[in-house]
Amino acid sequence: MGRTSAAMAVFLFLLLSLFSILQLVSSSPEIRVLSAERRIDVTAPITRVFLTLKVENAGTSEVSEVLLAFPPTEAEHLAILKASVAEGKRKKKTYVPLSVNPSESPDAPNGARLYSVSLRSPLKSGEATTVEAFYVLTHLLEPFPAEISQSEAQLVYYRDSATLLSPYHIVEQITSIKTPSNKVESFTSVDPTSRVGSELRYGPYHDHGPYSYSPVIVHFENNNPFAVVEELVREIEISHWGSLQIRDHYKLKHAGARHKGVFSRLEYQFKQSISGVASFRHLLTKLPPRVHSVYYRDEIGNISSSHLRIDSHKSELEIEPRYPLFGGWKATFTIGYGLPLQDFLFESHDGRRYLNFSFGCPLIETMVDDLTVKVILPEGSRNPTAAVPFPVDQHLETTYSYLDVVGRTTVVLQKRNVVPEHNIPFQVYYDFNPIFMLAEPLMLISAVFLFFVACITYVHVDLSIGKSS
Amino acid sequence: MAASSETKGEGTLRKAFGGVLGFFILLLIGAFAFSIRLFSVIKYESVIHEFDPYFNYRVTQFLTKNGIYDFWNWFDDRTWYPLGRVIGGTVYPGLTLTAGSIWWLLNNLNIPLSVETVCVFTAPIFSANASWATYLLTKEVKGTGAGLTAAALLAMVPSYISRSVAGSYDNEAVAIFALIFTFYLYIKTLNTGSLFYATLNALSYFYMVCSWGGYTFIINLIPMHVLLCIVTGRYSPRLYIAYAPLVVLGTLLASLVPVVGFNAVMTSEHFASFLVFIIIHVVALVYYIKGILSPKMFKVAVTLVVTIGIAVCCAVLAILIALVASSPTKGWSGRSLSLLDPTYASKYIPIIASVSEHQPPTWPSYFMDINVLAFLVPAGIVACFLPLSDASSFMVLYITTSVYFSGVMVRLMLVLAPAACIMSGIALSEAFDVFTRSIKLQLPKLFESPSGSGDIDSTQDEVVKVDNKSATDKSETAPKERPSKKNRKKEREIVETTIKKPLNAKRLLVLPLEASSVAILLLIIFGAFYVVHCVWAAAEAYSAPSIVLTSHSHDGLHVFDDFREAYAWLRHNTDVDDKVASWWDYGYQTTAMANRTVIVDNNTWNNTHIATVGTAMSSPEKPAWEIFNSLDVKYVLVVFGGLVGYPSDDINKFLWMVRIGGGVFPHIREPDYLRDGQYRIDAHATPTMLNCLMYKLSYYRFVETDGKGFDRVRRTEIGKKHFKLTHFEEVFTTHHWMVRIYKLKSPKNRIRGKSKKSKSNSKTGPSNSKRHSNLRKNPW
Repeated sequence: MGRTSAAMAVFLFLLLSLFSILQLVSSSPEIRVLSAERRIDVTAPITRVFLTLKVENAGTSEVSEVLLAFPPTEAEHLAILKASVAEGKRKKKTYVPLSVNPSESPDAPNGARLYSVSLRSPLKSGEATTVEAFYVLTHLLEPFPAEISQSEAQLVYYRDSATLLSPYHIVEQITSIKTPSNKVESFTSVDPTSRVGSELRYGPYHDHGPYSYSPVIVHFENNNPFAVVEELVREIEISHWGSLQIRDHYKLKHAGARHKGVFSRLEYQFKQSISGVASFRHLLTKLPPRVHSVYYRDEIGNISSSHLRIDSHKSELEIEPRYPLFGGWKATFTIGYGLPLQDFLFESHDGRRYLNFSFGCPLIETMVDDLTVKVILPEGSRNPTAAVPFPVDQHLETTYSYLDVVGRTTVVLQKRNVVPEHNIPFQVYYDFNPIFMLAEPLMLISAVFLFFVACITYVHVDLSIGKSS
Repeated sequence: MAASSETKGEGTLRKAFGGVLGFFILLLIGAFAFSIRLFSVIKYESVIHEFDPYFNYRVTQFLTKNGIYDFWNWFDDRTWYPLGRVIGGTVYPGLTLTAGSIWWLLNNLNIPLSVETVCVFTAPIFSANASWATYLLTKEVKGTGAGLTAAALLAMVPSYISRSVAGSYDNEAVAIFALIFTFYLYIKTLNTGSLFYATLNALSYFYMVCSWGGYTFIINLIPMHVLLCIVTGRYSPRLYIAYAPLVVLGTLLASLVPVVGFNAVMTSEHFASFLVFIIIHVVALVYYIKGILSPKMFKVAVTLVVTIGIAVCCAVLAILIALVASSPTKGWSGRSLSLLDPTYASKYIPIIASVSEHQPPTWPSYFMDINVLAFLVPAGIVACFLPLSDASSFMVLYITTSVYFSGVMVRLMLVLAPAACIMSGIALSEAFDVFTRSIKLQLPKLFESPSGSGDIDSTQDEVVKVDNKSATDKSETAPKERPSKKNRKKEREIVETTIKKPLNAKRLLVLPLEASSVAILLLIIFGAFYVVHCVWAAAEAYSAPSIVLTSHSHDGLHVFDDFREAYAWLRHNTDVDDKVASWWDYGYQTTAMANRTVIVDNNTWNNTHIATVGTAMSSPEKPAWEIFNSLDVKYVLVVFGGLVGYPSDDINKFLWMVRIGGGVFPHIREPDYLRDGQYRIDAHATPTMLNCLMYKLSYYRFVETDGKGFDRVRRTEIGKKHFKLTHFEEVFTTHHWMVRIYKLKSPKNRIRGKSKKSKSNSKTGPSNSKRHSNLRKNPW
């Protein structure tokens, strides 16, 4: 007993000393935030936050990175985090993206997660700069009441802090929360707090120390479709004969307040203004232009309710699940379409081919919990590499399609927690010899040829045992 | 001499050309048979149709997923809850195994078609096979010309199309092919006496047994034909070869199929074959003895054998009759009995009678389903008697029996269709033969009469040509024969010589030129009418999948996809082990599309269970709730067409529920639901009717749609308009109200009062009181 506790003490001591060394190296308490402005948009089920930080180097040494802190509840729902810095004056103002990396800090309390933003040029002592951050959070709005009936509107909780969680001292800060409508049931008041229309304003607050946190809850009505794709598998099949076949398999769910009790079609049809406001029946899909052979079906056949609008810039497919989705209801379906190959497949300078396609979910304003993109390369392609602008899990598979012998190399990219901001192009590079295009036709031709040879042989060869005279 | 060799060379060339032409015609017929059935895919979608195909599809899915051994042992606990059903032992596996092996083969070739696609296209593929089998069969009976005509007719006969459009994945789709092919092999064996074909015949019969319960038709028709041959003195060793191996091997193989098993020797449907089996042996023995004994000795032997034989036969017969009579149904299955006695089903088994395809057909349905063939069949029968061979007598027997069966049950029109096609094919081919020959013989006369010379020559030439033609007809089979089978050639020569004689006689049968050309024209118009009708039937009448309905209105096509909407809702939004009660029609679809456990389904093997559901549907709410609750039912599904005018809904089927329920539970009495013998749901309906569960679930809050509650199917205002449900709650209604799903309220909520509940649970209080006030607006 005593021995173990002694060992524990030694271990703790070692750990502490390690931390103190780390602290010496990484932490930069010299930074002061002069002003912080946070604009939180909770109109959609996806929460978007714009953060403007004016940081000043109050220390003596140069600082090359700024840390952003997130409470653990937000950190686990963080889908994307981007930072940029404004350069140039007024009209020539451009935003230059900065690289953001997860970071560790020993003095972060209660599991707060840190991300470090690397500045373009180190901040000298006494200098100030403005860093813009934009991040997207999913599943942060919690429906309350958790179950509603058909005629009720959907109310949600939004939980946050009135003050910005930051490892730095903040001189002045302000937070505004934009709700979808004026219907706000309640909100925590942390003076000064004001509410104008659909906007709720916390602050300005002055001189808060590092990691100050004052929780607030906003309870408001949000009837936007809480469409969540629980699982999306996208199959992108490249055929060098000139087309790109896409198949998207969706598992859709209404992730809002659960529907309770009766569903009356009568009320849904005849009292549309008050009935089923939290439900949704249409979804809009943005497809690339020049799309063809679109189908929309599920495991029991075609779903006949969809509209396709094609113009030269984009195609829009308005789909309607078989039934309106109320809270907690699910639906699965598949959308498939073909695209001309020359719009998406290019040859790079070193002779390799690459596919340039948009990552993410084609359904607009929809979050995806689990996204798998499978790029099925033509048979005979080698050395596939994927270039995705954000971290994804990837591995290789082999898929067998029509008359394949060795199978098609498939690049599988997996990502959790995908939001519309992830709809940016990614590339898959591979080597391909066009001679492989002829493999399958030649195979068919030889099969037919062999069949005829067999027929001719059969007709000409006498296999009988005894000859009758 | 030189001229004759020249004509001979020309003849072989013509023969080869005719063979290639015939092959391509057959290929085109097959392609046509396949493509005429694709209207359903093009007009609607590639989807499984109707009710039974969904079960077959589900079984095929299971087979492809779990393999053949699991399939044989499959106990399905998702249907007939709580009894379950042994699928492996109660299903005809032919269709499933066929589609399963097609799928397996394609997937092994890396052609990744889904099971559904394979199932959808199985029926069209097999209808192409069936038309080829028809060609073979008719060719055995009346030659190539008739064969091609019959194949073309069968490829598009509406009766068969109705059961084999793409998506109609039902047993009949492959069974008709198996039926025709078995008959072909029987006739082939009969014509050749080859044991090889006899064995193939038994295998083909085995496939038929695997595929469809209609195999009993084969096993009764062939013995009848054998008996006919024996009675008319046409016994030959070929007949013996054709029949005896079929019975022995066929019965052995049939009993391998789990669903048939010992039925193959124990039920009355198979007795005829064994009886004839004994008779043919006796006859064979008699012929044998006759061959080795002198006529005098033979007479003595006959008297001896007959006396002993009669005694033995009487004893055996007495035992048999006693055995059969001990069984209540005389050893016959219900469906067979209702065939022999058309009034049987409606008297004793309302379940069989309630199925619309078990009703006797109306006259227009003959015209709809076989069209002009109905007029050609008699001509075909006449042609079969000129001359009557073993094969053509079989065809005559086939058409006669199938006409009778089709008259009993609409469904068996399907068995009539091939016979009608073959008969019409023979008739058309013979008619064309006569007309073209008379034109051919007279045309040269018409042109060459002024010159006067070469008249005799040309006619002679004609004769040669006609002979050549008959030779090509006869020797069509030759290239396909293996050299090793030349021992049969002798027999064929005999056949040829017998046919050559009437051919000479036919030369006299020359019709006037004008008459024959007009007749040909009429026949072509006749045929064209048939083709137009068939294409129309395939495109308009028989291609609707029945789970998707469409209607044309002024603003375009309107789609009613309510069934799938409801099934998809059940599939995704209920617990996977929830039990759904509905009338049995929707059982297969619910298990296949919604993947939920059902109480009864289209298999209808347990009358009591169906009667329980029927009773629940025809009881008032509380007893119905109790029945459903005792069956662990959580959801009740009803089909209601009153809003959009869909006539085959549950209210229209309701009297059958009452009848079937009342058959087992006497407290349900049909007269209680009828006012003066009339079935009505308006204000004059009986209170029992207006209070039964089916009425309430169908019309719940229906009046609020238009304010009057006008039912568009029954074309009347409903009797009881405002009522509320106490034991059920509406959980889902589809877009056009065609499917309504109710949930059984849990007993806890029912026992506790609402006021108590609102006190204990403040959260749900406001919503409850709101609903309460909503309901209070109603005068009830």
